[in-house]
This record gives sequence, C-alpha cells and structure tokens, in this order.
Amino acid sequence: MSWFTQTVTSSLGKKYIMALTGLLLGGFLLVHAAGNATILLGRTDFLSYARRLHSLGLPVTIAEITLLLLFCIHAVTGLVLFYRNHQARPSPYAVSRRAGGRTWGSATMAWTGIAILCFIVLHLTNFYFADHRRSLADIVGGILDNPLYSALYCAGLLALTLHISHGFWSMFQSLGLNHPKYDGLIGTCRWILCGSIVGVFLTIVILLLIKRNYLA
Amino acid sequence: MTAPTITITIKIWRQAGPDVQGSFEEHTLRDLDVDMSLPEMLEVLNEQLTRQGKIPVAFDHDCLEGICGMCGAVVDGVAQGPEEKTTLCQLYLRHFHDNQTITIEPFRARAFPIIKDLVIDRSAFDRIIQAGGFVSVNTGAAPDGNVLPVARHLAEQAMDAAACSGCGACVAACPNAAAMLFVGAKISQLALLPQGRPERERRALSMVRAMDREGFGSCGNERECEAVCPKGISIRNIARLNREFLRASLAADETV
Repeated sequence: MSWFTQTVTSSLGKKYIMALTGLLLGGFLLVHAAGNATILLGRTDFLSYARRLHSLGLPVTIAEITLLLLFCIHAVTGLVLFYRNHQARPSPYAVSRRAGGRTWGSATMAWTGIAILCFIVLHLTNFYFADHRRSLADIVGGILDNPLYSALYCAGLLALTLHISHGFWSMFQSLGLNHPKYDGLIGTCRWILCGSIVGVFLTIVILLLIKRNYLA
Repeated sequence: MTAPTITITIKIWRQAGPDVQGSFEEHTLRDLDVDMSLPEMLEVLNEQLTRQGKIPVAFDHDCLEGICGMCGAVVDGVAQGPEEKTTLCQLYLRHFHDNQTITIEPFRARAFPIIKDLVIDRSAFDRIIQAGGFVSVNTGAAPDGNVLPVARHLAEQAMDAAACSGCGACVAACPNAAAMLFVGAKISQLALLPQGRPERERRALSMVRAMDREGFGSCGNERECEAVCPKGISIRNIARLNREFLRASLAADETV
C-alpha cells in the first residue's frame, strides 16, 4: 500500500478527512449564507445576485462538482466511522452515564449528520431541481410560505447547529491544532460562525413565513 | 469508637468465560465499613459467596494504592466510578449512601475481551507498546545525566503523560471504545523528550497501525476519556498524537 492509502485508511486518516472536508463545507455554508442574505434586501437584489452568480458559468459548475464530491467524501467517511465505532463495542453497557466530556452536539454527531444529509436532499429537490422557468424568487417564496417546509427547514438548521457546535472545535483537535493559547479564540469563532450562518438562514425562513409576499 | 457502617446492594456482572453469555447478579452486603474500598467490598462479597458454596467474583487488582492500573470496572455507568481522578481501589464506600444500589460491570470493548466476570484482557495495550512505545538505548556505560538538556516545561508535560498506568478506563469510557488517550499519552511522553526523537516518526506510524489492528474505535473528540482518567491525562496528548502521525505520514523519510 502506498503511504497515501495507508494514511487515509487509518483511523486517524479518516479523522483528517472529516476535518478537512468539514472545513471546506463550512466555508461553503458561509458563502451560501452571505449570498442568501441578499433575500433580506428584497426581490430585486436577490435576483440580481442570483443572475450574476449564474452568469459566471464554468467556475460555478466546477464549484458545484467539487462541493458534491466534498459532501460525498464527508458523508461516506462519517458513515464508515459510525459503523466501525459501533463495531468497536459490540455489547453496550447496562448503565451508561456521561462522565463530563460529552455534549449534546458530540453525542448526536452521527444522527445530526444523517439528518443534514436528508435535509440536503429535500433542499436540492426544492430549489436546485425545481422548475426553473419560474423566477428563483418565486420558487423560494412558494416553498417557504408553507409552514410544513418552514418547520422542516428549522429542524435542518437545528441539526446543523448541533453538528457545527461539536464539529468546529473537533476539526482543530483532529488536525492536532490544539493549544491553550488558541482555546478561547476557537471557542469564540465557533459560536460567531455558527450564529451568523444559522442566524441568516433562520431569519430568512421566519421572514418568509411571516411576510408571505416579501419576495413577490 | 466503631466506624460507621452501611448496607449496599450490588448488581454485578457475572460471566463464566470469554464465549459464554453473562448476566447481572444482585447481592446485598450489610454492615460494611464506610472506609472500605470497592475491591475490599468485593472481597466481602466473595467471602459471603464462598460460605454459600458459590463461585466468587473474579476481578483484577494489585497495588490497591491507585498507582498500578490493574483494577478497573464501570460503576453506575462511569469507568473507574463516579469520583474524579480515582481508580477503583481509591473509590470508598463513604462516597455512597446507605441502602444504595450500585451497578458494577466490566470495561466493554471489542479490543478488551472479557476473560471472566470483571476481568478483561488488556494485552491489546501491550501489543501497541511493543509496536513502538519505547526508546532504543545502546548498552554500555551510563551517560552523564545532564548531557541532554531538557526544558523544564517539556519535562513536566512528558511526566504528566507518563503518569498513564494503562488501566484502560479511557477505552471503557469512550463512546467509540477508542484507545487514543492511551496511545496519545505514550507517544507524547517520548516525543517530548530528546531521547524519544530519533524514533519519533517510526513510533507514531507503528503505534497507530497497531492500535487500528486491535479493533479500537476512532476518536470522536468527546472528552469522556479525559473525564474518567485516574491520572487526569489531558486530550492535548491526543492532539499531539494527531500531529505526530500527520507529520510522520506526510514527511517521514523511512517507511514502516
């Protein structure tokens, strides 16, 4: 086996993959949230942003394929780790109590990951694979004025919050970037990033539910 | 003056051998001295069982001073018991209340098969150490003690990592049954000192591969290991292990 294969197939190698793909997916989310924030400015600004983004052409297609690859690698590696970790303790404890390390985020990492995977399928069906003869603003407005979709999107955002709350710190630890000097900074950045990403998306969901004709 | 006594009901895991089905057994022990440790309480139970003509509970212990790392069990869902930074033998009945029911079960992990009752096979740790948890030293006259300068803070960090007694509580507490805190401590204690430098890369590669071969899980950075470790070993040692393995994988000249 080459050194590369040996590294990525090791238990630590899989953690490096999770950390690096997680970092890039987080970067995408930040850009996605920044772009979607134009919805808050109204229909005209949102449509002009969407038009300019899609007029870039090839770079957008390359970014989409890269993103799909990153997401698949993150999800598949995560599921492999989940399965292997389950195998590492075939018989569970009769009594199981947290000793003080586990958080809601860390304990639900695999489940929130699976929830996000399901959410993304729904999200792509709603928007990416929607009938694009209608304007994007109408598609967004049409989906998010439905309380059922609003609830599903809120649930997706809750899963994302839990996932990032553990994933962001975990990424630094997995790559060995853990030092007392940066603990505070990493802790603060986690909540600022998580808060701004989820905050923007949540504001959009709530705004479009309350003001149904906001994008009309 | 007589010491206060309490009554404890224990639900304890009984398993006759490695490949047989185990189950819990319940016993009530009365008039126990509160200054008894958990292993001492198990001795009282075993005397009671012997008198009844039953087979006593098999459990490991050695120094009974919290040093050796031989004893260990999961008490009420927490590896090495609910007290912080203690081994099982330093957990005393005064930490429990009268008429309390406590559940005692063995450390559970695929890499630590149960031999009998609470006794588990931790030789997976030995094989990880054999893979690289050592420094090679030429025999001959002892070198001058001060010939290699070691910074005080590094010596302290290496000593903190070296406090690991290999009890296995980290594996038992890890939701994924990972051995990263153990391997992290063993890698750190040597990587931090000049004597460990020559074999640093080979050690990181060999020990991680040995760990993977044994069937431990992967670290989920949940910090449960750190919370139960009787020696208070920090997960910063896991971060160092991650760094050492990454560095060795990407930049080592020698192949292992």
